[in-house]
Amino acid sequence: MKRAGFTNPWLPILLLVPQLSIIVVFFYWPAAWAIQSSFYLQDPFGFGSTFVGAENYTDIAQSIEYRKVAWFTVYFTAIVTFLSLSIALLLAVKADNVLRGAKTYRTLLMWVYAIAPPVAGFLGIMFFDQSHGPLTRFFGFFGWDFKLGVDYFDTATAMIIVAVWKQIPVNFIFFLSGLQSIPRSVREAALIDNNSGFRRFWDVTFPLLAPTAFFLLIINITYAMFDTFGIIDTMMKGEPGANPMTLVYKVYLDGFRGNDLGGSSAQSVVLMVLVLVLTIFQFRLIERRIHYT
Amino acid sequence: MADLTQTQIAQPTPSRLRFKWNTIFDHLILIAGSLLMLMPLVYAFITASYDPVTIHREGLALTFGDELGSNFEKALFEKGGFTKTVDGMVMLKNSFILGIGFAVGKIIISMMAAYAIVYFRLRFATFAFWIIFTTLLLPLEVRILPSYEAIQRLGMANTYSGLIVPLIASATGTFFFRQFFRAVPEELVEAARIDGAGPVKFFIDILVPLSRTMIAAIFIIMFVFGWNQYLWPTLITTDESLFTLVRGIKQIVLTYSDAAIPEHGQALALAIVAMLPPVLIVIFFQSWFVKGLTESDK
Amino acid sequence: MAQVALEGIHKVYPNGFEAVQTCSFVIQDGEFVVLVGPSGCGKSTLLRMIAGLEDITEGTLRIGDRVVNDVDPADRNIAMVFQNYALYPHMTVAKNMGYGLKNRGISKTEIDAKVQEAAKMLNLTDYLDRRPSQLSGGQRQRVAMGRAIVRQPDLFLFDEPLSNLDAKLRNQMRIEVRALQRRLGTTAVYVTHDQVEAMTMADRIIVLNGGRIEQIGTPKEIYSTPASTFVASFMGAPPMNVLNATVSSDKHVTLDEGLELPVAAPAASSGPILVGIRPEDLTLGEGTTPFDVQIVEELGAQRLLHGTLGGQAFSVSVNKDHEAGTGTIPVSITPGAVHFFSREDGFRI
Repeated sequence: MKRAGFTNPWLPILLLVPQLSIIVVFFYWPAAWAIQSSFYLQDPFGFGSTFVGAENYTDIAQSIEYRKVAWFTVYFTAIVTFLSLSIALLLAVKADNVLRGAKTYRTLLMWVYAIAPPVAGFLGIMFFDQSHGPLTRFFGFFGWDFKLGVDYFDTATAMIIVAVWKQIPVNFIFFLSGLQSIPRSVREAALIDNNSGFRRFWDVTFPLLAPTAFFLLIINITYAMFDTFGIIDTMMKGEPGANPMTLVYKVYLDGFRGNDLGGSSAQSVVLMVLVLVLTIFQFRLIERRIHYT
Repeated sequence: MADLTQTQIAQPTPSRLRFKWNTIFDHLILIAGSLLMLMPLVYAFITASYDPVTIHREGLALTFGDELGSNFEKALFEKGGFTKTVDGMVMLKNSFILGIGFAVGKIIISMMAAYAIVYFRLRFATFAFWIIFTTLLLPLEVRILPSYEAIQRLGMANTYSGLIVPLIASATGTFFFRQFFRAVPEELVEAARIDGAGPVKFFIDILVPLSRTMIAAIFIIMFVFGWNQYLWPTLITTDESLFTLVRGIKQIVLTYSDAAIPEHGQALALAIVAMLPPVLIVIFFQSWFVKGLTESDK
Repeated sequence: MAQVALEGIHKVYPNGFEAVQTCSFVIQDGEFVVLVGPSGCGKSTLLRMIAGLEDITEGTLRIGDRVVNDVDPADRNIAMVFQNYALYPHMTVAKNMGYGLKNRGISKTEIDAKVQEAAKMLNLTDYLDRRPSQLSGGQRQRVAMGRAIVRQPDLFLFDEPLSNLDAKLRNQMRIEVRALQRRLGTTAVYVTHDQVEAMTMADRIIVLNGGRIEQIGTPKEIYSTPASTFVASFMGAPPMNVLNATVSSDKHVTLDEGLELPVAAPAASSGPILVGIRPEDLTLGEGTTPFDVQIVEELGAQRLLHGTLGGQAFSVSVNKDHEAGTGTIPVSITPGAVHFFSREDGFRI
């Protein structure tokens, strides 16, 4: 708060009312409702519900299906995060190095940010098309008979490739801006101290980028877990079947297609707790980041 | 001493050479990266210039056909979907309503809230702060089911407000503006108070004009975010006249997999229409967008 | 134009920090009063209480005949110049200067006339259509001044207005600000941590330390009869020498290390004491007191000799044409230029 804030008694309340009411109606109420209904078993035909205690949760814990989805989410998140971060870092370092065409490269490497995940997924379908997809042909060249939507592993690979492609721009933007905010004098000092560009990067540049990288790590985990919904949904062409899916997709599937409100709510609650932990972790990091600069 | 001069003389030639090789290598990587990003769109755009039969037979193409104009025309103006009531233009309009409505609504609401939190002595300021910022913790995807339930009960399904308002229920914008307002020099509000400006005047005369670039940057980010929403519109709009382009993608995909000879050309044209507005905005307002994105997240 | 009266003013922050201890003083109509002290001494808090930007915990504040404790800053008819100028970055110079008038519902033609007049006074006429970002530091400072004077306030408040300028410009603006205030005859309260500014600009100086007023007086009074060792060492450059000494029962003043000073002891005191002597109140090469010079600082017009006197740090200032080098030189102390302070609380005896 500012030292010399205004002391008007009703104006701030008036200013806060729209935001607070939206949040209460569309955030706290739903969240509370989810927690409550996670302890109930919904009648599939809509005739009321029965209190079942923690049964929905124990069901989740025992479900082989759920465990499979959870493991896929872990792998998917780890691979997407690692690949999109490292490719973006490489590109950002190179874009920061070159003098000529730096702006053009920047534009070319960031525009994909604006593409919606399902649109990216749709492009993915075209590229991995069974008979004519350029990437299917490319893999076929190496003797890999790529079957999107049929083979679990192939579908997962395609989803990962599209998800990485879609996420590179954000990471690129943040890495580049992180690199550009490293003071010139620090770079010059490093130039004098060390003549190996490779060592300079790992000894000086990378540690200075670490706060950005930590921050992006969380962003990417969140992205892979939640924002890839559109990619996954389009790439399995609306037929979940035996296709790979993430935890969020399963919440959607069980809640809206399977009409298992209690189970879906319990899954929601599990995810909420997961995100909560992530976010607390992130706040800690942001605090440290502020001290760092 | 002799050694020293020798190395000094010997050094420049290889290092200059190496420097050049390095630069070429850098450019090669960047060009590869740019192509990786660009090729899918190029493919899609060129393939959108063929008739469906050709695409079905040949797949994606890299040389232009002659159906580009007609495919775009059909995609935009031909009634499609299950009920044959909605064309590309309607979806385009809906996308703009969602993108702009969401961005404007979010900016107005979050600027007001951030102003109240930063510039007023408020007893429950900390409480309000926490109420608002807890929402940062849970993305909509995590709480879709209950949010959907809430919208149903409020009778807001299949309305624009049902589409837009729940998306505003996260504090990202408020957080951005709070950070920005806190960085505005303290003395400015003091000078304004001595100049006789009350809270409303200060907000309109000084704070809003000062935030112009920030508002622009957030508008771009939020517009793209709103335009690209998929899951929420998929749930909340079952009435086709409310479909956005991104929501419509799902329909495209379904036709793609179902029909004997799917309308690939049209589908691709529509996908291009769906990505063009946000992409153009991001490209043309690049510097604002990058500034907003990187600075607001600190 | 107005008189400003503070009666028992006191400031305690909600966290319990006592920023300003109870104080009372009156600033006469048209007077230029400088609040001076180190950072954190409460001078800015005091100024901001007068401005109305900070609540007064206790006491009465009058501007003119009006008690203004609960009056909004905008209604106190004051104008303030801030350290970082606080110009509105998105407004032109003319708009910046006229904003306060506009908020008071004054007609556009009248605002224009007043802004023109002030701009003329400050040599800003050519810059009226520029934005603050297109101006130099000195010009911005002038705009801040202009914003203050167009309003024709009862009271000017300055919060370290010159500290963002370079040394040369600062000297020049010091004179300009003072001349302007004289010409307008407006009462002014000026906060600074720079003792030179305080000495050169003030009609009266209020020296603050740790939230307490140490002394109020004209620059001459403050300099010649400092009320405490704090004032003595804070005001004046180079600072006053303060030596630990003892007054014997037979009124001899002896430094702790045993050297006797040839000065008249204060009548009312004996025992441990502090002796203050300004560096310029000494003559080199005369007298009997040995001064061991270790470093000579060339200041241009003066030379400053640093060393020890009877084992305690000591400096002497001499004229530029006085030959001086390191080694032991006898010094004599100008009679009547010796200050005595209590060793317990530092106050003048």
